[in-house]
Amino acid sequence: MSERILSVLVEDKPGVLARVSSTISRRGFNINSLSVGPTNIEGRSKMTIVTELDAVEQVKKQLNKLVNVIKIVELDPSMTIETEVLLLKVSINKDSQTSVIEKASLSNATSVDVGQDFAIFELTGSSKELDKFESLMKPFGIIEMVRGGRIALQSNL
Amino acid sequence: MTKDKLSGAELVIRGLEHINVSTVFGVPGGAILPAYDPLYDSPIRHILARHEQGAGHMAEGYAQATGELGVVIATSGPGATNLITPLANALMDSTPLLAITGQVASDAIGNDAFQEAYTVGLSMAATKHNYLITDASEIPQILKEAKYIATTGRPGPVLIDIPKDILNQQASWVEPGELDLPGYKPTLEPNPKMVQQAANLIKKSKKPILYVGGGIIHSKANTELFDLATKFKIPVVTTLMGRGAFPDGNELCLEMPGMHGNYTATTSIQNADLLIAIGVRFDDRVTANPSFFAQNAKVIHADIDPAEIGKVRDAEVPIVGDAKSVIKGLMESLGDTNLDTEGWISELKDMKSKFPLSYKQEDKGPLKVPYVLEELQKLTKEEAIVVSGVGQHQMWISQHWNFTEPNTWLNSGGLGTMGYALPGAIGAKTAYPNKLVLALDGDGCFQMTCQELITASTENIPIKIVVFNNGNHGMVRQWQKIFYNSKFSASELTHDTPDYVKLAESMGAIGMRMMEKSDVEKVFNKMLEVNDKPVLVDCVVDPDDMVFPMVPAGGSNDQIIMNKEDLKNL
Repeated sequence: MSERILSVLVEDKPGVLARVSSTISRRGFNINSLSVGPTNIEGRSKMTIVTELDAVEQVKKQLNKLVNVIKIVELDPSMTIETEVLLLKVSINKDSQTSVIEKASLSNATSVDVGQDFAIFELTGSSKELDKFESLMKPFGIIEMVRGGRIALQSNL
Repeated sequence: MTKDKLSGAELVIRGLEHINVSTVFGVPGGAILPAYDPLYDSPIRHILARHEQGAGHMAEGYAQATGELGVVIATSGPGATNLITPLANALMDSTPLLAITGQVASDAIGNDAFQEAYTVGLSMAATKHNYLITDASEIPQILKEAKYIATTGRPGPVLIDIPKDILNQQASWVEPGELDLPGYKPTLEPNPKMVQQAANLIKKSKKPILYVGGGIIHSKANTELFDLATKFKIPVVTTLMGRGAFPDGNELCLEMPGMHGNYTATTSIQNADLLIAIGVRFDDRVTANPSFFAQNAKVIHADIDPAEIGKVRDAEVPIVGDAKSVIKGLMESLGDTNLDTEGWISELKDMKSKFPLSYKQEDKGPLKVPYVLEELQKLTKEEAIVVSGVGQHQMWISQHWNFTEPNTWLNSGGLGTMGYALPGAIGAKTAYPNKLVLALDGDGCFQMTCQELITASTENIPIKIVVFNNGNHGMVRQWQKIFYNSKFSASELTHDTPDYVKLAESMGAIGMRMMEKSDVEKVFNKMLEVNDKPVLVDCVVDPDDMVFPMVPAGGSNDQIIMNKEDLKNL
């Protein structure tokens, strides 16, 4: 099963996230990633939902039935600009310090906070790049990590 | 003298009057109490049910009989949770329902306050849409919006949850304005190109079947359907929710297909080369195993809900639109086409006479439900509204009662809610006090909501109830007999407890009983004579009778069990 990316324009009203996620989970489908945020239009939010559905058509129709859902577009992965953000806290010591910073900088991660025995990096990029960075940092001891939901835009009009 | 400001509660009642609500069903309680104060002074009639589930089904019965919005009011917590069943039921059967629930005060929400439940969350999956009011001034507009959502497109239930402090908050009445629903725009008019494609398929068809359901009734498209079927000579099957959409008795009417449908209706679909499916959803009780369903047929599927199309069966021609507009479009596109369906019709006619519905009523033997039903219909001179529970009796009614008008057959089709008949009938009779309303129920079903008989008596709603008393959960017993080696686990109820006649009398109704064939006419005539009180007839019937034909769940519609003898080959 391949990933499907749905871009869902919704009214910015209480409960809309619960309605959308329960419509998807009702059929036992997993959501790989979900992000919600404001758009350039007032009172409208956009959700980017990444999921592995074989019944995506039916789920799109069910989502469309929700009164607060305005429009659903399924994004074509080959024509889509997609990005994700990651914050990663890794432990450092005298021996590892140089190597961690070097690997982070080669991965285009930015250090946003450094303490005596830890460093926090931020990285924006494709999910693959984020995965790669995570595995690079793993040997040094990841203390905590958080990834924001994936967001996407179609790269044409 | 009009006040500048009204309380939220007054806005609710005035708002209901503004959207033309004349009757509400409900049960009061703490959080909703403020609304009951102005309700007392309003021309709106309030029917006090004995349980919120009953109130909800009454509102559904009202809505199913009229095609208009039914309204139910309940309090917070248990009042609201008791409404979940009618809400889910209305969602499944596309019944326009508005539920108004009280909620604990805004600042107590989420604190496990007394009688608090998360009503909006609990009802989310059981409603078409729901609201939590956060300011009293929103009330008139949201009531208008809720009615619009409940009654348009594919109808369904809408719930409005109102915290007690909002019911007491003062706000001005602002005339509801234009609706702003950017995400809700039902498609009513079908795409003419798709209609043309459908017409082309119909023209080529030798064995078409109109497969129609509740969508025809919601759309009030029965006249158009009649014209389409009779002009082009296309046989019609009516699903459980579509009974009455096309008149039984017409030579083109094949009546109900499916699990307990008659042989010809079910087989006509299997043999058809084209299904013209309008306002139906290919429910599993119709299709059995979809891989074996109508394998030789192309499918035209028209529905107002795009999510129904392609859900179970791919359609060669999908049409999104209101049934009435779709049928009008088809009539136009077909013009003066002559369909040669005579061979097809006579094939089906032969089938009908070869495989009729049958039952055997012995003079001295126990009563059989089909016999009692046919006798009852003979004795009722006028068109009755028939309301049913769920199970064997429901299937027998659908098989043996002649339905000729829409909105005269009310039942719980999708959710299969036992206990619907009695409160449903109260709702229907409230809407049509001058019509004969029959609640034809099973004993298992009746016991689930029987306290509403008190509602019928005290509110002067003289319905007629027939309890088909086989002392068992009959359909459960039937399945246990067939699929569980006659191991009757927990399906026996007993014939004589309660004593239904005494129960009826204790609840302010008239009780009667029939035990054998010679009682039937006498007792029914007596029942039909009573017009000032509810009447209940305890009709003691054979517990071992089974509903046939039958297609086991998940089986193929090509393998229909016609009678007890066929069971041996299972």
